[in-house]
Amino acid sequence: MAENNRAVLKLKEKFTTSIIDVVEFRGEVTVTVAKDAIIEILSFLKQSLQYNLLTDLTAVDYLGKKEERFMMVYLLYSIPNKDRLRIKTPVAEVDCRIPTASTVWKTANWLEREVYDLFGITFDGHPDLRRILMTDDWVGHPLRKDYPLQGPDREPYKGRLS
Amino acid sequence: MATTETMTLNMGPQHPSTHGVLRLVLELDGEVIVKVTPHIGFLHRGVEKLAEHRTYHQILPLTDRLDYLAPMSNNLGYILAVEKLMAVEVPERAETIRIIMAELTRLESHLVWLACHALDIGAMTVFIYAFRERETVMETYELISGARMTSNFFRVGGLSQDVPEEFVKKVSDFIDSMPGYLDQYEGLLTTNPIWLKRTVGNGVISADDAIDIGITGPALRGSGVDWDLRRDNPYSGYDKYQFKVPVGENCDTFDRYKVRLVEMREACKIVRQALDKLKPGPVLADCPQVCYPPKENVYNSIEGLIHHFKIASEGFYAPEGEVYQGVEAPKGELGFYLVSDGGNKPERMRIRPPSFVNLQAIEKMSVGSMIADLVAVIGTLDIVLGEIDR
Repeated sequence: MAENNRAVLKLKEKFTTSIIDVVEFRGEVTVTVAKDAIIEILSFLKQSLQYNLLTDLTAVDYLGKKEERFMMVYLLYSIPNKDRLRIKTPVAEVDCRIPTASTVWKTANWLEREVYDLFGITFDGHPDLRRILMTDDWVGHPLRKDYPLQGPDREPYKGRLS
Repeated sequence: MATTETMTLNMGPQHPSTHGVLRLVLELDGEVIVKVTPHIGFLHRGVEKLAEHRTYHQILPLTDRLDYLAPMSNNLGYILAVEKLMAVEVPERAETIRIIMAELTRLESHLVWLACHALDIGAMTVFIYAFRERETVMETYELISGARMTSNFFRVGGLSQDVPEEFVKKVSDFIDSMPGYLDQYEGLLTTNPIWLKRTVGNGVISADDAIDIGITGPALRGSGVDWDLRRDNPYSGYDKYQFKVPVGENCDTFDRYKVRLVEMREACKIVRQALDKLKPGPVLADCPQVCYPPKENVYNSIEGLIHHFKIASEGFYAPEGEVYQGVEAPKGELGFYLVSDGGNKPERMRIRPPSFVNLQAIEKMSVGSMIADLVAVIGTLDIVLGEIDR
Protein backbone atom coordinates (compact mmCIF):
# COMPACT_ATOMS: atom_id res chain seq x y z
CA MET A 1 0.00 0.00 0.00
CA ALA A 2 1.08 3.55 -0.72
CA GLU A 3 0.98 4.50 2.97
CA ASN A 4 3.65 1.95 3.78
CA ASN A 5 6.02 2.99 0.99
CA ARG A 6 9.38 3.83 2.54
CA ALA A 7 9.56 7.20 0.84
CA VAL A 8 5.97 8.19 1.59
CA LEU A 9 6.47 7.50 5.30
CA LYS A 10 9.56 9.69 5.46
CA LEU A 11 8.08 12.44 3.31
CA LYS A 12 4.94 12.61 5.45
CA GLU A 13 7.09 12.90 8.52
CA LYS A 14 9.40 15.59 7.22
CA PHE A 15 7.28 17.61 4.77
CA THR A 16 3.82 17.30 6.34
CA THR A 17 2.50 20.58 5.00
CA SER A 18 3.86 20.25 1.47
CA ILE A 19 2.27 16.90 0.58
CA ILE A 20 -0.92 17.41 -1.42
CA ASP A 21 -1.81 13.87 -2.38
CA VAL A 22 -0.54 10.28 -2.32
CA VAL A 23 -1.95 7.83 -4.88
CA GLU A 24 -1.20 4.23 -5.69
CA PHE A 25 -2.27 2.88 -9.07
CA ARG A 26 -1.15 -0.49 -10.52
CA GLY A 27 1.54 -0.72 -7.84
CA GLU A 28 3.08 2.66 -8.67
CA VAL A 29 3.23 5.33 -6.01
CA THR A 30 2.69 8.95 -6.99
CA VAL A 31 3.19 11.77 -4.53
CA THR A 32 1.90 15.23 -5.42
CA VAL A 33 3.70 18.01 -3.59
CA ALA A 34 3.58 21.80 -3.46
CA LYS A 35 5.73 23.65 -5.98
CA ASP A 36 7.68 25.76 -3.49
CA ALA A 37 9.11 22.70 -1.72
CA ILE A 38 9.95 20.68 -4.83
CA ILE A 39 13.74 21.08 -4.90
CA GLU A 40 14.00 20.51 -1.16
CA ILE A 41 11.99 17.30 -1.48
CA LEU A 42 13.93 16.06 -4.51
CA SER A 43 17.27 16.69 -2.79
CA PHE A 44 16.03 14.95 0.33
CA LEU A 45 14.94 11.92 -1.70
CA LYS A 46 18.30 11.79 -3.45
CA GLN A 47 20.51 12.37 -0.41
CA SER A 48 18.66 10.48 2.32
CA LEU A 49 16.57 7.86 0.54
CA GLN A 50 19.00 6.84 -2.23
CA TYR A 51 16.80 7.81 -5.18
CA ASN A 52 19.98 8.43 -7.12
CA LEU A 53 18.71 8.18 -10.71
CA LEU A 54 16.35 10.69 -12.27
CA THR A 55 14.78 8.42 -14.86
CA ASP A 56 12.56 10.99 -16.43
CA LEU A 57 11.28 14.50 -16.09
CA THR A 58 8.31 15.69 -18.06
CA ALA A 59 5.09 17.68 -17.90
CA VAL A 60 1.41 17.12 -18.61
CA ASP A 61 -0.97 19.78 -19.90
CA TYR A 62 -4.42 19.61 -18.24
CA LEU A 63 -5.93 22.54 -20.14
CA GLY A 64 -9.50 23.09 -18.91
CA LYS A 65 -9.41 19.96 -16.78
CA LYS A 66 -7.59 21.12 -13.69
CA GLU A 67 -7.32 24.40 -11.87
CA GLU A 68 -3.59 24.56 -12.34
CA ARG A 69 -2.86 23.88 -15.97
CA PHE A 70 0.48 22.05 -15.94
CA MET A 71 1.74 19.17 -13.88
CA MET A 72 5.48 18.59 -13.64
CA VAL A 73 6.37 14.92 -13.29
CA TYR A 74 9.65 13.62 -11.84
CA LEU A 75 10.27 9.92 -12.09
CA LEU A 76 12.88 8.73 -9.65
CA TYR A 77 14.62 5.40 -9.38
CA SER A 78 16.83 4.02 -6.66
CA ILE A 79 19.57 1.77 -8.04
CA PRO A 80 20.47 0.37 -4.57
CA ASN A 81 16.83 -0.37 -3.65
CA LYS A 82 15.48 -1.04 -7.16
CA ASP A 83 12.26 0.90 -6.64
CA ARG A 84 10.52 3.79 -8.34
CA LEU A 85 8.77 6.86 -7.05
CA ARG A 86 6.86 9.49 -8.99
CA ILE A 87 6.77 13.04 -7.70
CA LYS A 88 4.37 15.51 -9.24
CA THR A 89 3.86 19.17 -8.68
CA PRO A 90 1.27 21.51 -10.20
CA VAL A 91 2.39 24.61 -12.12
CA ALA A 92 -0.16 27.36 -12.82
CA GLU A 93 -0.34 28.99 -16.25
CA VAL A 94 -0.13 32.52 -14.82
CA ASP A 95 3.13 31.73 -13.04
CA CYS A 96 4.61 29.30 -15.53
CA ARG A 97 7.96 28.73 -13.87
CA ILE A 98 9.59 26.31 -11.46
CA PRO A 99 13.09 26.03 -9.95
CA THR A 100 15.46 23.82 -11.93
CA ALA A 101 16.24 20.28 -10.82
CA SER A 102 19.53 20.31 -12.71
CA THR A 103 21.20 21.36 -9.45
CA VAL A 104 20.18 17.97 -8.04
CA TRP A 105 20.72 15.76 -11.11
CA LYS A 106 22.60 16.71 -14.28
CA THR A 107 20.10 14.57 -16.21
CA ALA A 108 17.54 17.33 -15.70
CA ASN A 109 19.49 19.71 -17.95
CA TRP A 110 18.28 18.43 -21.32
CA LEU A 111 14.99 17.06 -20.01
CA GLU A 112 14.08 20.50 -18.70
CA ARG A 113 15.11 22.08 -21.96
CA GLU A 114 12.70 19.75 -23.68
CA VAL A 115 9.86 20.67 -21.31
CA TYR A 116 10.67 24.35 -21.85
CA ASP A 117 10.67 23.83 -25.59
CA LEU A 118 7.47 21.79 -25.88
CA PHE A 119 5.42 23.13 -22.96
CA GLY A 120 6.80 26.59 -22.35
CA ILE A 121 7.53 26.15 -18.66
CA THR A 122 10.51 28.23 -17.53
CA PHE A 123 13.08 26.74 -15.20
CA ASP A 124 14.64 29.24 -12.82
CA GLY A 125 18.38 28.83 -12.41
CA HIS A 126 18.79 26.51 -15.40
CA PRO A 127 22.34 26.77 -16.80
CA ASP A 128 21.43 26.69 -20.51
CA LEU A 129 17.70 27.17 -21.13
CA ARG A 130 17.34 26.99 -24.91
CA ARG A 131 14.97 25.15 -27.20
CA ILE A 132 16.23 21.66 -27.93
CA LEU A 133 14.01 19.83 -30.44
CA MET A 134 12.38 22.76 -32.25
CA THR A 135 14.41 25.47 -33.97
CA ASP A 136 15.43 28.53 -31.97
CA ASP A 137 13.01 30.81 -33.78
CA TRP A 138 9.98 28.55 -33.40
CA VAL A 139 6.80 30.22 -32.15
CA GLY A 140 4.62 28.33 -29.69
CA HIS A 141 4.99 25.15 -27.68
CA PRO A 142 3.84 22.08 -29.62
CA LEU A 143 2.86 19.79 -26.76
CA ARG A 144 0.41 22.28 -25.30
CA LYS A 145 -3.17 21.15 -25.78
CA ASP A 146 -4.14 24.39 -27.53
CA TYR A 147 -1.40 23.96 -30.14
CA PRO A 148 -3.00 22.50 -33.29
CA LEU A 149 -1.97 18.98 -34.29
CA GLN A 150 -1.44 20.02 -37.90
CA GLY A 151 0.80 22.86 -36.85
CA PRO A 152 0.16 26.59 -37.04
CA ASP A 153 -1.39 28.32 -40.09
CA ARG A 154 -3.12 25.23 -41.39
CA GLU A 155 -6.74 24.18 -41.58
CA PRO A 156 -7.42 21.65 -38.84
CA TYR A 157 -7.99 18.17 -40.21
CA LYS A 158 -11.73 17.42 -40.18
CA GLY A 159 -11.45 13.64 -40.45
CA ARG A 160 -12.12 11.27 -37.62
CA LEU A 161 -8.70 11.71 -36.07
CA SER A 162 -9.15 15.39 -35.24
CA MET B 1 55.31 35.36 -28.38
CA ALA B 2 52.83 33.63 -30.61
CA THR B 3 49.26 33.45 -29.38
CA THR B 4 46.75 30.78 -30.27
CA GLU B 5 43.01 30.91 -30.36
CA THR B 6 40.40 28.20 -30.43
CA MET B 7 38.64 27.22 -33.61
CA THR B 8 34.96 26.43 -34.05
CA LEU B 9 34.22 23.47 -36.25
CA ASN B 10 30.85 22.18 -37.35
CA MET B 11 30.39 18.40 -37.48
CA GLY B 12 27.21 17.04 -39.03
CA PRO B 13 24.25 16.84 -39.44
CA GLN B 14 25.37 15.08 -42.62
CA HIS B 15 28.39 13.25 -41.32
CA PRO B 16 28.88 9.49 -41.62
CA SER B 17 30.05 8.95 -38.08
CA THR B 18 27.35 10.92 -36.27
CA HIS B 19 24.96 8.00 -36.85
CA GLY B 20 22.12 10.04 -38.25
CA VAL B 21 21.35 13.70 -38.21
CA LEU B 22 23.31 14.79 -35.18
CA ARG B 23 25.07 18.11 -35.42
CA LEU B 24 27.96 18.88 -33.11
CA VAL B 25 29.53 22.30 -32.83
CA LEU B 26 33.06 21.76 -31.60
CA GLU B 27 35.44 24.24 -30.11
CA LEU B 28 38.96 23.06 -30.77
CA ASP B 29 42.36 23.99 -29.48
CA GLY B 30 44.43 22.51 -32.27
CA GLU B 31 43.11 18.97 -32.36
CA VAL B 32 42.00 18.93 -28.72
CA ILE B 33 38.31 19.37 -27.94
CA VAL B 34 37.51 22.26 -25.59
CA LYS B 35 33.74 22.25 -25.87
CA VAL B 36 31.05 20.18 -27.57
CA THR B 37 27.58 21.56 -28.21
CA PRO B 38 25.17 19.00 -29.66
CA HIS B 39 22.25 20.23 -31.74
CA ILE B 40 19.40 17.77 -32.14
CA GLY B 41 15.83 17.81 -33.39
CA PHE B 42 16.38 17.41 -37.13
CA LEU B 43 14.28 14.25 -37.10
CA HIS B 44 11.55 15.51 -34.77
CA ARG B 45 8.22 14.05 -35.89
CA GLY B 46 6.13 14.87 -32.84
CA VAL B 47 5.33 11.29 -31.91
CA GLU B 48 4.19 12.29 -28.42
CA LYS B 49 1.79 14.87 -29.84
CA LEU B 50 0.48 12.44 -32.46
CA ALA B 51 -0.12 9.82 -29.79
CA GLU B 52 -2.60 12.10 -28.04
CA HIS B 53 -4.78 11.92 -31.14
CA ARG B 54 -4.62 8.16 -31.74
CA THR B 55 -6.31 5.24 -30.02
CA TYR B 56 -4.08 2.92 -28.04
CA HIS B 57 -3.91 0.37 -30.86
CA GLN B 58 -3.12 3.05 -33.44
CA ILE B 59 -0.10 4.32 -31.49
CA LEU B 60 1.76 1.02 -31.82
CA PRO B 61 3.04 1.59 -35.40
CA LEU B 62 4.46 4.95 -34.30
CA THR B 63 6.67 3.30 -31.71
CA ASP B 64 8.80 1.11 -33.97
CA ARG B 65 9.87 4.23 -35.85
CA LEU B 66 11.60 5.57 -32.75
CA ASP B 67 14.62 3.36 -32.42
CA TYR B 68 14.43 1.89 -35.90
CA LEU B 69 17.38 -0.39 -35.19
CA ALA B 70 15.46 -2.13 -32.41
CA PRO B 71 11.77 -1.89 -33.36
CA MET B 72 10.54 -4.83 -31.31
CA SER B 73 11.97 -3.41 -28.08
CA ASN B 74 10.01 -0.22 -28.64
CA ASN B 75 6.85 -2.18 -29.37
CA LEU B 76 7.40 -4.22 -26.23
CA GLY B 77 7.84 -1.18 -23.98
CA TYR B 78 4.69 0.47 -25.27
CA ILE B 79 2.60 -2.69 -25.21
CA LEU B 80 3.63 -3.48 -21.64
CA ALA B 81 2.69 0.03 -20.52
CA VAL B 82 -0.79 -0.29 -22.08
CA GLU B 83 -1.21 -3.76 -20.61
CA LYS B 84 -0.30 -2.42 -17.20
CA LEU B 85 -2.84 0.36 -17.59
CA MET B 86 -5.55 -2.06 -18.69
CA ALA B 87 -4.43 -4.85 -16.31
CA VAL B 88 -4.40 -7.43 -19.12
CA GLU B 89 -2.80 -10.82 -18.53
CA VAL B 90 -0.84 -12.14 -21.51
CA PRO B 91 -0.78 -15.88 -22.41
CA GLU B 92 2.51 -17.65 -21.79
CA ARG B 93 3.25 -18.46 -25.42
CA ALA B 94 2.91 -14.81 -26.38
CA GLU B 95 5.22 -13.78 -23.53
CA THR B 96 7.84 -16.31 -24.57
CA ILE B 97 7.76 -15.24 -28.22
CA ARG B 98 8.04 -11.63 -27.10
CA ILE B 99 11.18 -12.47 -25.15
CA ILE B 100 12.68 -14.33 -28.12
CA MET B 101 12.03 -11.33 -30.34
CA ALA B 102 13.23 -8.80 -27.75
CA GLU B 103 16.52 -10.66 -27.40
CA LEU B 104 16.94 -11.09 -31.15
CA THR B 105 16.35 -7.36 -31.38
CA ARG B 106 19.08 -6.80 -28.83
CA LEU B 107 21.40 -8.89 -30.99
CA GLU B 108 20.36 -6.95 -34.07
CA SER B 109 20.88 -3.58 -32.44
CA HIS B 110 24.23 -4.58 -30.94
CA LEU B 111 25.35 -5.95 -34.31
CA VAL B 112 24.65 -2.60 -35.95
CA TRP B 113 26.41 -0.86 -33.07
CA LEU B 114 29.46 -3.11 -33.42
CA ALA B 115 29.52 -2.76 -37.19
CA CYS B 116 29.31 1.04 -37.22
CA HIS B 117 31.53 1.53 -34.19
CA ALA B 118 34.25 -0.62 -35.75
CA LEU B 119 33.86 1.05 -39.14
CA ASP B 120 34.17 4.49 -37.54
CA ILE B 121 37.45 3.46 -35.97
CA GLY B 122 38.66 1.89 -39.19
CA ALA B 123 37.90 -1.83 -38.94
CA MET B 124 35.89 -2.42 -42.07
CA THR B 125 35.81 -6.22 -42.06
CA VAL B 126 33.72 -6.36 -38.87
CA PHE B 127 31.17 -4.08 -40.49
CA ILE B 128 30.61 -6.50 -43.34
CA TYR B 129 30.49 -9.54 -41.05
CA ALA B 130 28.07 -8.03 -38.53
CA PHE B 131 25.66 -6.88 -41.22
CA ARG B 132 25.66 -10.41 -42.61
CA GLU B 133 24.37 -11.77 -39.28
CA ARG B 134 21.93 -8.91 -38.87
CA GLU B 135 20.36 -9.95 -42.14
CA THR B 136 19.27 -13.23 -40.52
CA VAL B 137 17.47 -11.35 -37.78
CA MET B 138 15.79 -9.18 -40.39
CA GLU B 139 14.68 -12.30 -42.24
CA THR B 140 13.18 -13.61 -39.01
CA TYR B 141 11.31 -10.33 -38.67
CA GLU B 142 10.05 -10.68 -42.19
CA LEU B 143 9.04 -14.27 -41.57
CA ILE B 144 6.78 -13.44 -38.65
CA SER B 145 5.56 -9.94 -39.39
CA GLY B 146 6.11 -9.37 -43.11
CA ALA B 147 8.31 -6.33 -42.54
CA ARG B 148 12.04 -6.15 -42.11
CA MET B 149 12.20 -3.13 -39.85
CA THR B 150 8.86 -1.67 -38.84
CA SER B 151 7.60 -4.94 -37.49
CA ASN B 152 4.44 -3.86 -35.62
CA PHE B 153 4.05 -7.48 -34.56
CA PHE B 154 2.97 -7.29 -30.92
CA ARG B 155 -0.56 -6.40 -29.91
CA VAL B 156 -2.10 -5.29 -26.67
CA GLY B 157 -2.82 -8.64 -25.02
CA GLY B 158 -0.42 -10.76 -27.05
CA LEU B 159 0.72 -10.99 -30.66
CA SER B 160 -0.89 -10.11 -33.97
CA GLN B 161 -0.65 -13.77 -35.04
CA ASP B 162 1.15 -16.95 -34.16
CA VAL B 163 4.60 -17.55 -35.61
CA PRO B 164 4.95 -19.88 -38.64
CA GLU B 165 6.38 -23.38 -38.28
CA GLU B 166 9.82 -22.53 -39.72
CA PHE B 167 10.33 -19.90 -37.04
CA VAL B 168 11.74 -22.19 -34.33
CA LYS B 169 14.26 -23.81 -36.64
CA LYS B 170 15.40 -20.52 -38.11
CA VAL B 171 15.94 -18.91 -34.72
CA SER B 172 17.52 -22.05 -33.33
CA ASP B 173 20.05 -22.28 -36.17
CA PHE B 174 20.90 -18.63 -35.83
CA ILE B 175 21.43 -18.88 -32.08
CA ASP B 176 23.66 -21.93 -32.55
CA SER B 177 25.88 -20.18 -35.06
CA MET B 178 26.01 -16.81 -33.30
CA PRO B 179 28.67 -17.66 -30.64
CA GLY B 180 31.01 -18.71 -33.45
CA TYR B 181 30.47 -15.41 -35.22
CA LEU B 182 31.05 -13.54 -31.97
CA ASP B 183 34.38 -15.37 -31.63
CA GLN B 184 35.18 -14.17 -35.12
CA TYR B 185 34.50 -10.53 -34.22
CA GLU B 186 36.49 -10.86 -31.04
CA GLY B 187 39.34 -12.41 -32.99
CA LEU B 188 39.33 -9.36 -35.21
CA LEU B 189 39.05 -6.77 -32.46
CA THR B 190 39.66 -7.73 -28.84
CA THR B 191 43.42 -8.13 -29.12
CA ASN B 192 43.89 -5.95 -32.17
CA PRO B 193 46.52 -3.31 -31.24
CA ILE B 194 44.83 -0.59 -33.30
CA TRP B 195 41.46 -1.31 -31.71
CA LEU B 196 43.03 -1.26 -28.24
CA LYS B 197 44.82 2.02 -28.92
CA ARG B 198 41.59 3.64 -30.00
CA THR B 199 39.31 2.30 -27.25
CA VAL B 200 41.29 1.71 -24.04
CA GLY B 201 41.13 4.85 -21.92
CA ASN B 202 38.80 6.59 -24.37
CA GLY B 203 35.58 8.25 -23.18
CA VAL B 204 36.07 7.52 -19.50
CA ILE B 205 33.12 8.33 -17.26
CA SER B 206 32.94 7.30 -13.61
CA ALA B 207 29.95 5.44 -12.19
CA ASP B 208 28.85 8.43 -10.09
CA ASP B 209 29.00 10.81 -13.03
CA ALA B 210 27.20 8.32 -15.24
CA ILE B 211 24.33 7.99 -12.76
CA ASP B 212 24.21 11.76 -12.27
CA ILE B 213 23.85 12.28 -16.02
CA GLY B 214 21.30 9.48 -16.13
CA ILE B 215 23.08 7.04 -18.44
CA THR B 216 21.41 3.64 -18.52
CA GLY B 217 21.93 0.30 -20.21
CA PRO B 218 25.26 -1.15 -21.37
CA ALA B 219 26.92 2.27 -21.22
CA LEU B 220 26.20 2.42 -17.48
CA ARG B 221 27.22 -1.19 -16.90
CA GLY B 222 30.50 -0.44 -18.64
CA SER B 223 31.15 2.00 -15.81
CA GLY B 224 30.76 -0.79 -13.26
CA VAL B 225 27.14 -0.33 -12.13
CA ASP B 226 25.53 -3.73 -11.78
CA TRP B 227 21.98 -2.89 -12.78
CA ASP B 228 19.75 -4.42 -15.41
CA LEU B 229 15.98 -3.91 -15.51
CA ARG B 230 15.44 -7.41 -16.88
CA ARG B 231 16.89 -8.85 -13.69
CA ASP B 232 16.09 -6.17 -11.10
CA ASN B 233 12.57 -5.16 -12.10
CA PRO B 234 11.57 -8.12 -14.29
CA TYR B 235 8.83 -7.64 -16.86
CA SER B 236 7.24 -9.95 -19.41
CA GLY B 237 8.42 -13.03 -17.48
CA TYR B 238 12.18 -12.33 -17.51
CA ASP B 239 12.38 -13.62 -13.94
CA LYS B 240 12.05 -17.17 -15.32
CA TYR B 241 15.31 -16.96 -17.26
CA GLN B 242 18.89 -17.35 -16.12
CA PHE B 243 21.41 -14.93 -17.51
CA LYS B 244 24.48 -13.02 -16.38
CA VAL B 245 24.68 -9.25 -16.31
CA PRO B 246 28.15 -8.23 -17.49
CA VAL B 247 29.82 -5.29 -15.77
CA GLY B 248 32.89 -3.31 -16.78
CA GLU B 249 35.67 -1.96 -14.58
CA ASN B 250 37.60 0.77 -16.32
CA CYS B 251 34.62 2.88 -17.46
CA ASP B 252 36.12 3.28 -20.94
CA THR B 253 35.08 2.48 -24.49
CA PHE B 254 36.83 -0.88 -24.44
CA ASP B 255 34.88 -2.01 -21.36
CA ARG B 256 31.61 -0.93 -22.90
CA TYR B 257 32.59 -2.94 -25.97
CA LYS B 258 33.23 -6.02 -23.84
CA VAL B 259 29.98 -5.57 -21.90
CA ARG B 260 27.97 -5.44 -25.11
CA LEU B 261 29.69 -8.51 -26.53
CA VAL B 262 28.93 -10.53 -23.39
CA GLU B 263 25.37 -9.23 -23.54
CA MET B 264 25.07 -10.66 -27.03
CA ARG B 265 26.22 -14.07 -25.82
CA GLU B 266 23.76 -13.89 -22.92
CA ALA B 267 20.98 -12.90 -25.31
CA CYS B 268 21.65 -16.11 -27.25
CA LYS B 269 21.32 -18.09 -24.01
CA ILE B 270 18.02 -16.40 -23.15
CA VAL B 271 16.64 -17.17 -26.61
CA ARG B 272 17.72 -20.80 -26.23
CA GLN B 273 15.92 -21.08 -22.87
CA ALA B 274 12.84 -19.42 -24.36
CA LEU B 275 12.82 -21.82 -27.34
CA ASP B 276 12.93 -24.75 -24.92
CA LYS B 277 9.98 -23.31 -23.03
CA LEU B 278 7.88 -22.62 -26.10
CA LYS B 279 4.62 -24.61 -25.85
CA PRO B 280 1.61 -24.50 -28.16
CA GLY B 281 -1.22 -22.33 -26.91
CA PRO B 282 -3.09 -19.11 -27.50
CA VAL B 283 -1.10 -15.99 -28.42
CA LEU B 284 -3.77 -13.42 -27.55
CA ALA B 285 -5.44 -12.78 -24.21
CA ASP B 286 -9.11 -13.63 -23.87
CA CYS B 287 -10.15 -10.05 -23.28
CA PRO B 288 -12.60 -8.93 -26.00
CA GLN B 289 -12.98 -5.38 -24.65
CA VAL B 290 -9.31 -4.70 -25.38
CA CYS B 291 -7.95 -7.21 -27.89
CA TYR B 292 -8.55 -7.70 -31.58
CA PRO B 293 -10.47 -10.90 -32.41
CA PRO B 294 -8.59 -13.75 -34.15
CA LYS B 295 -8.46 -13.24 -37.91
CA GLU B 296 -10.49 -16.37 -38.76
CA ASN B 297 -13.43 -14.94 -36.75
CA VAL B 298 -13.19 -11.65 -38.64
CA TYR B 299 -13.33 -13.41 -41.99
CA ASN B 300 -15.97 -15.99 -41.13
CA SER B 301 -18.47 -14.47 -38.70
CA ILE B 302 -20.44 -11.24 -38.57
CA GLU B 303 -19.83 -10.91 -34.81
CA GLY B 304 -16.10 -11.17 -35.37
CA LEU B 305 -16.22 -8.52 -38.07
CA ILE B 306 -18.21 -6.14 -35.85
CA HIS B 307 -15.81 -6.79 -33.01
CA HIS B 308 -12.83 -6.05 -35.25
CA PHE B 309 -14.47 -2.89 -36.59
CA LYS B 310 -15.21 -1.62 -33.09
CA ILE B 311 -11.68 -2.22 -31.82
CA ALA B 312 -10.12 -0.74 -34.96
CA SER B 313 -12.27 2.38 -35.08
CA GLU B 314 -13.17 3.23 -31.51
CA GLY B 315 -10.52 1.31 -29.64
CA PHE B 316 -11.00 0.74 -25.95
CA TYR B 317 -11.47 3.05 -22.99
CA ALA B 318 -8.71 2.98 -20.41
CA PRO B 319 -9.34 3.59 -16.71
CA GLU B 320 -8.28 6.93 -15.32
CA GLY B 321 -4.75 6.80 -13.99
CA GLU B 322 -1.13 6.86 -14.98
CA VAL B 323 1.47 4.17 -15.47
CA TYR B 324 5.14 4.00 -16.34
CA GLN B 325 6.79 0.96 -17.81
CA GLY B 326 10.53 0.81 -18.37
CA VAL B 327 12.19 -1.93 -20.37
CA GLU B 328 15.84 -2.75 -20.88
CA ALA B 329 16.11 -1.79 -24.53
CA PRO B 330 19.47 -2.46 -26.26
CA LYS B 331 20.50 1.16 -25.72
CA GLY B 332 19.35 1.61 -22.15
CA GLU B 333 16.14 2.12 -20.24
CA LEU B 334 13.29 2.81 -22.61
CA GLY B 335 10.20 3.95 -20.77
CA PHE B 336 6.63 4.75 -21.68
CA TYR B 337 4.62 6.96 -19.36
CA LEU B 338 0.91 6.97 -20.12
CA VAL B 339 -1.61 9.33 -18.54
CA SER B 340 -5.21 8.35 -19.12
CA ASP B 341 -8.25 10.51 -18.41
CA GLY B 342 -10.65 7.63 -18.99
CA GLY B 343 -10.86 8.10 -22.76
CA ASN B 344 -9.86 5.90 -25.69
CA LYS B 345 -6.78 8.02 -26.38
CA PRO B 346 -4.04 8.83 -23.92
CA GLU B 347 -4.11 12.27 -22.35
CA ARG B 348 -0.34 12.23 -22.58
CA MET B 349 2.22 9.73 -23.75
CA ARG B 350 5.78 10.36 -22.77
CA ILE B 351 8.63 8.34 -24.21
CA ARG B 352 11.73 8.15 -22.08
CA PRO B 353 14.37 7.72 -24.77
CA PRO B 354 17.63 6.13 -23.63
CA SER B 355 19.71 7.68 -26.40
CA PHE B 356 18.53 11.22 -25.63
CA VAL B 357 19.67 10.98 -22.03
CA ASN B 358 22.87 9.09 -22.87
CA LEU B 359 23.88 11.65 -25.47
CA GLN B 360 24.07 14.27 -22.73
CA ALA B 361 27.26 12.59 -21.55
CA ILE B 362 29.09 13.35 -24.79
CA GLU B 363 30.60 16.56 -23.43
CA LYS B 364 31.80 14.90 -20.25
CA MET B 365 33.31 11.99 -22.19
CA SER B 366 35.08 13.87 -24.95
CA VAL B 367 36.35 17.21 -23.64
CA GLY B 368 40.14 17.13 -23.44
CA SER B 369 40.56 14.36 -25.98
CA MET B 370 41.41 14.54 -29.66
CA ILE B 371 38.77 15.13 -32.29
CA ALA B 372 39.31 11.63 -33.72
CA ASP B 373 38.40 10.16 -30.34
CA LEU B 374 35.05 11.93 -30.45
CA VAL B 375 34.06 9.54 -33.22
CA ALA B 376 34.79 6.62 -30.91
CA VAL B 377 32.73 8.26 -28.15
CA ILE B 378 29.72 8.69 -30.44
CA GLY B 379 30.06 5.05 -31.41
CA THR B 380 30.32 3.77 -27.86
CA LEU B 381 27.27 5.74 -26.70
CA ASP B 382 25.27 3.82 -29.32
CA ILE B 383 22.77 6.53 -30.14
CA VAL B 384 20.03 6.49 -32.72
CA LEU B 385 18.56 9.79 -33.76
CA GLY B 386 15.07 8.52 -34.46
CA GLU B 387 14.70 7.99 -30.77
CA ILE B 388 16.46 11.15 -29.64
CA ASP B 389 14.31 13.45 -31.76
CA ARG B 390 11.10 11.41 -31.63
